[in-house]
Parts: sequence; C-alpha cells; structure tokens
Amino acid sequence: MRNVFLFIRRHFNFLFFLVLQIIALSFLYRYNKFHEAAFMNVSTELTGRINEKYNGIEYYFQLKKTNEALVKENTNLRQLLKDNYEAPDSLRRLIMDTIKVDSGRSILKYTFMEAKVVSSSTQLKQPNFLTIHRGFAQGVRPNMGVMGPQGIVGSVVNVSENFATVMSMLHPQFKVVVKLKNGGERGTIEWDGLSVLFVTLKDIPKSAKVAKGDTILTSQTSSLFPANLMVGTVYDIVPDNTSNFYTLKVRPATNFFNIEYAYVITNTQYDEQRRIEDSTRKKVQ
Amino acid sequence: MSELLKNTIRFILFILVQVFILFKMPPLHRFITPYLYYLYILWLPFSLSRAGLTLVGFIFGLCLDYFSKTPGLHAAACTLIAYVRPFVIGLLISQEGADKNYISPSIVSMGWAPYATYVLVLTLLHHTWLVLLEWMSFGSFLYFLGKVIASTAVSLLLVLLTELLFFRKQKFRTNTI
Repeated sequence: MRNVFLFIRRHFNFLFFLVLQIIALSFLYRYNKFHEAAFMNVSTELTGRINEKYNGIEYYFQLKKTNEALVKENTNLRQLLKDNYEAPDSLRRLIMDTIKVDSGRSILKYTFMEAKVVSSSTQLKQPNFLTIHRGFAQGVRPNMGVMGPQGIVGSVVNVSENFATVMSMLHPQFKVVVKLKNGGERGTIEWDGLSVLFVTLKDIPKSAKVAKGDTILTSQTSSLFPANLMVGTVYDIVPDNTSNFYTLKVRPATNFFNIEYAYVITNTQYDEQRRIEDSTRKKVQ
Repeated sequence: MSELLKNTIRFILFILVQVFILFKMPPLHRFITPYLYYLYILWLPFSLSRAGLTLVGFIFGLCLDYFSKTPGLHAAACTLIAYVRPFVIGLLISQEGADKNYISPSIVSMGWAPYATYVLVLTLLHHTWLVLLEWMSFGSFLYFLGKVIASTAVSLLLVLLTELLFFRKQKFRTNTI
C-alpha cells in the first residue's frame, strides 16, 4: 500500500496529466449523451450572450446584404398573393373567403418564428453550428428545422433558456431528404467536409433526368421541413459508372457566411409522427 | 501589473481573438486553420508548477471548446503541450538558468534560436494531436499530414507577427533578491 502512495506521489504530474487527458477525450467522444445534458446548457447560455454582443457590432457591416435578402424574400412572398392571379376566363371568378374564423387552424402543420443568428461557424472538416437567439422559453425544441431567407439552414440540436444551437447543413451528421424539382425523385443531402460551398446529394436513381443548375427542394417525407422549400442547385454531376445512383454536387442556396436571420420551423405534428413511426419499428422487430 | 492579472487578461484576449477573428475568417484552404490561442500557454510564467500548468492548459482549452462546440478537442491538445512544456524548456535553457532570472519564456529571456525551437516543437505537437483527434472522426491520412504541416506554417507566421507586434519587455531579476 505504501508503495502505491509513493508511486502516486512520485508520478503525480504524469498521472494528473493522464486524468485530464482522459476527461478531455471522454468529453469529445461522449458528447451526445452525458455532456450535452450536464454542461452544454449552461455554456450555450454564456457563450450565446458573448456571441450576441459581438454580433451586435458585426450586424452593421452586413446590413446591406441582409436587407437585400429580406427584400428578395418579400418580393417572392408578394408574388404568391392571391390578388396577383386573375383568370381571363370571366365565367369562373375567384372569390375571396370572407369568413372571419380561421378555418385553416386545425390543419396548420408548420409554424414559423423568426430568430436572430448570433454566431455561425464555417470550418472545413468540422461540425459547423449556428447559435440563434431563441430558446426554450420561446418554444424552440431540439429537432426543429431551421431555414433562412434563401433556403434551408439546418436543424436544432441543443436548447438553453434563451439560445439554441443549430447544426447547419455543413455538419457531417446532418441529413435531410430532398427531391428534384423537375422529376420529384428523392435523395439525401449530406456534407463530406471538403468544401464549405458545396454539399453532396446521394441516392437519386440514374433514371432521373438531371442537369446542371436544376433546383432541389425539400421533400414532404422530411418531418423537419414543409415540402417545396429551397435547398440549393445542382452544381456538378460527379461521374460514377459503378453505381445506379447519381452523386450530385449541390450548392446550398443559403450563404452561411453572412446569414443574419433565420426562421425556426415548428412541426406541430412532429411528436405524433415520431410516436407512430417508433411504435411501428417496435412492432416489426 | 501583477502577473496573475496580466495572464487573466491574456486568457480572455486570446480566446476572443481566436473565436471572433481567426475562426470567423473565410477558410483559405481545406488544410489551413489558423490557430494562435495556444501561444497563451507558451507565454505562461516559469514559476508555475507542473500540475498548475497542466490544469491551466486544460481549463483554457475547454473554454475555447465551448465557443467552437467541440468539447474536449482543444482541451486535450492544450493539456498535452502544457504538460510537455517544462521538459522542452529544461532541454533548451539548462545551462543559462534563465528560468530563475526572467519571468516567462520570450526571445529576450531564452534567445532567438532556443525560443524559436521551443515554439516550433510545441506548435507541431499541438497541431499533430489536434488534427489526429479530428482525423479519428473523419478524413484521410493525406488530409492529416497536409493539415498538420500547412496549419503549423500559418500558425508560426501568426506567432512571429504577434511576437513582433507585442514585444514583451523582460526585466532581468538577479537571484540575490
């Protein structure tokens, strides 16, 4: 026993170093389970506040670009107004619904809420996150979709009282089901970490007609996003003769370098969908 | 200014510079990530005990990790260089006894060549460990090698610039006091 204590005393520095190194590595590799619950909430709140202060300054330099993006989005929305559609056929007139009760409430599946982006990382080969200034108190929960003015951004992974961290499209674990606008074939968006300007679209069968510049939209099978949101455009078709599926290089519509505002998308039926899918999985097993 | 206060201010400044300037820059190349924050550990005073040094390294790395959302990654690398630092210093200035006469490692206290070696060895060690941990989760061997070399080169350039811009005056303390 005495020898053990002597050993510890003699090699105290080395053992101390080993212990700290093991703690650090366990943080790194057990990040999703223990760490998130124990530390990440407090630290997100703290770093979120500092990021917010910094963003207050940085925001002024981006005002012009932010404004342009919002104006563009406004124009797009304005084009969707019902008044813009006028049929030349006078036999069938378009009649506006004047009932004051919002009958759409009960079938409303997605709600949007705007959020200020207070920090955004764009590192190669590393998980990239955004921090938004909306948290648990405002109704943000993990696994909610996030979109920007130009297109989808990512999904919420962690929530504190007033802030939330969002795993961006440039994160190796982010996956979303999308479809081609032209044919409707579904595939999965992933990020290989090689460039912050491109993501990869896989699992599109070779029977689909794909050309450079084709639009890619979200699919209705994704439980995070409503259908037909902008994702990006096809930049290049990677030749691969061994597979029956295309590998497409996609340029995301969102510019992760200057994003200032985002919308958190709440799927009001997410829990219900999850429950039935999980119980099905259990039954099948 | 007392050493403790000076180092506390440095602690905050290095993290802010790394997080809000160097991490915000658009990436130059997929091999290059500019790191400067570990210079804080290189500048810590000689008088700090081995265990104290390791602990400061761990806490410093962890603070940065909370900003970059990679808990443990930088902490592991910082703990390693903080632990190895006394060995490297012992090898480089064993004859002159500068660790008694000066406060912290610098060009003045150690001389040009030993200080440059000291920075090079610890930078290489820090980057190798950091990129190795990154490589475990994804990447190839070429990526590992390229990133270590390219990032080390860029970091050394940054260290050189910092040393030139913020030249640290070091008073010679005689050991008779």
